[in-house]
Amino acid sequence: MKRIFTVFALLTGILLSYALYEALIVAPTEKTMGDVQRIFYYHVPSAWTAFLLFTTNFVASVVYLIRRSAAADALAVVSAEVGVVFCTVVLVTGPLWARPVWGIWWTWDVRLTSTLVLWLIYVSYLMLRRFSTSGETPVLAAALAIFGALDVPLVYFSIWIFRTQHPQPVIGGGGSIDPRMLHVLLINWAAFLGFALLICWSRYRLEVLKREVEEMQALTALLQPRSSR
Amino acid sequence: MVEITRATLVKDLRLEWRSKDAINSMLFFALLVVVVFSFSFDPNAEESRQIAGGLVWVAFLFAAVVALNQTWAPELRNQVLDAYRVSPAPANSLFLAKAIGNFVFVSVLEALMTPLFVVFYQLRAVGPVWQLVPVAVLGTWALVVNGTFFAAVSIRTRSREIMLPLLLFPISIPAIIAMVNATTAILTGELSIRVWIVLLATYDVVFTIACLLFFEMVLHAE
Repeated sequence: MKRIFTVFALLTGILLSYALYEALIVAPTEKTMGDVQRIFYYHVPSAWTAFLLFTTNFVASVVYLIRRSAAADALAVVSAEVGVVFCTVVLVTGPLWARPVWGIWWTWDVRLTSTLVLWLIYVSYLMLRRFSTSGETPVLAAALAIFGALDVPLVYFSIWIFRTQHPQPVIGGGGSIDPRMLHVLLINWAAFLGFALLICWSRYRLEVLKREVEEMQALTALLQPRSSR
Repeated sequence: MVEITRATLVKDLRLEWRSKDAINSMLFFALLVVVVFSFSFDPNAEESRQIAGGLVWVAFLFAAVVALNQTWAPELRNQVLDAYRVSPAPANSLFLAKAIGNFVFVSVLEALMTPLFVVFYQLRAVGPVWQLVPVAVLGTWALVVNGTFFAAVSIRTRSREIMLPLLLFPISIPAIIAMVNATTAILTGELSIRVWIVLLATYDVVFTIACLLFFEMVLHAE
């Protein structure tokens, strides 16, 4: 297992460097935005990865509630944590790009606002896990994850109506993407997915080890004679 | 089930009627928010129509959290909640009683505070005022149903008083957007509120069902 992990880490490293080279050197420069558009190769893959991880968290939470398997709960913790990190990358790179292109750092547009709300929900999820004193934290956390998932369409819909009633900045003409750019984007996404998987993997192992240690400590505390405590 | 809901509800209302703890602290808190806001903005009549929807609901939201935090406090003393847990009474009737109780408290607060808002901000609605009633009813239920649920979650955490808003506010964002925009639309009389009413009703239905499905699990997650 350890060897597979090392090989996988190496491969991800190579892929990430190749993706960096593609994004900064190979990809054509965008006509109107210039080089700042290259942030797109980090922004979009991070967003896709974050949404994938949040979906994983939701599925793991549902599985946990049905099966009560510790593995599903560990997966839920891991995917929420790593998802928040990627979502933070999205929320930071977005304004960096928006400032030179739109002339503003932030706009209360549907996608931006929904991503922010999703981030808020998952931060509250992580806080609940951290502050819980219950012996059944996973149950509470899984319930919150499901509430969050139910909330997502409502959030999107409410902001959509909210925004269509207000003026908003014009967001690039939309339209098609240069096939070479799409190619670079997909390579970057593959690299980011590999990277996310790598982090999740090692975080998962850490989580399992942490639980084993906690169990051992609880057990030794129980087995110790009363006088020495 | 209805019988138990009613018994618990009547007990909570009687407790509140005799002590008036929740309603007093909520009222005073909301009053403070109103006063602080009026210093911070100092609007004229036209501006207040634009911002009052937001101010009113932020004040009610903060005040509601004060009451919601007290939801389970009386049951924690003397292990009443543990007694509930081992009793054959259905968990959902307890939840419904608590949610309806909170709904009554927050509604009373709103009824008492609204005239004050009107006076302090010189509010005069341009749109049909009666439409505020369905917005208030649906909006208040949206806040208290999830609030009661997450209050039950937050009593299982350290620093439980601060945990409730941290859990409740992100989830409540769509409801808050709908309440604020519907209220502003009524005050300015510019837009229709139907879409917001539909959104609030959907939110209420979805989360009421979710709360009823998950409450028993949360109650037993000691």
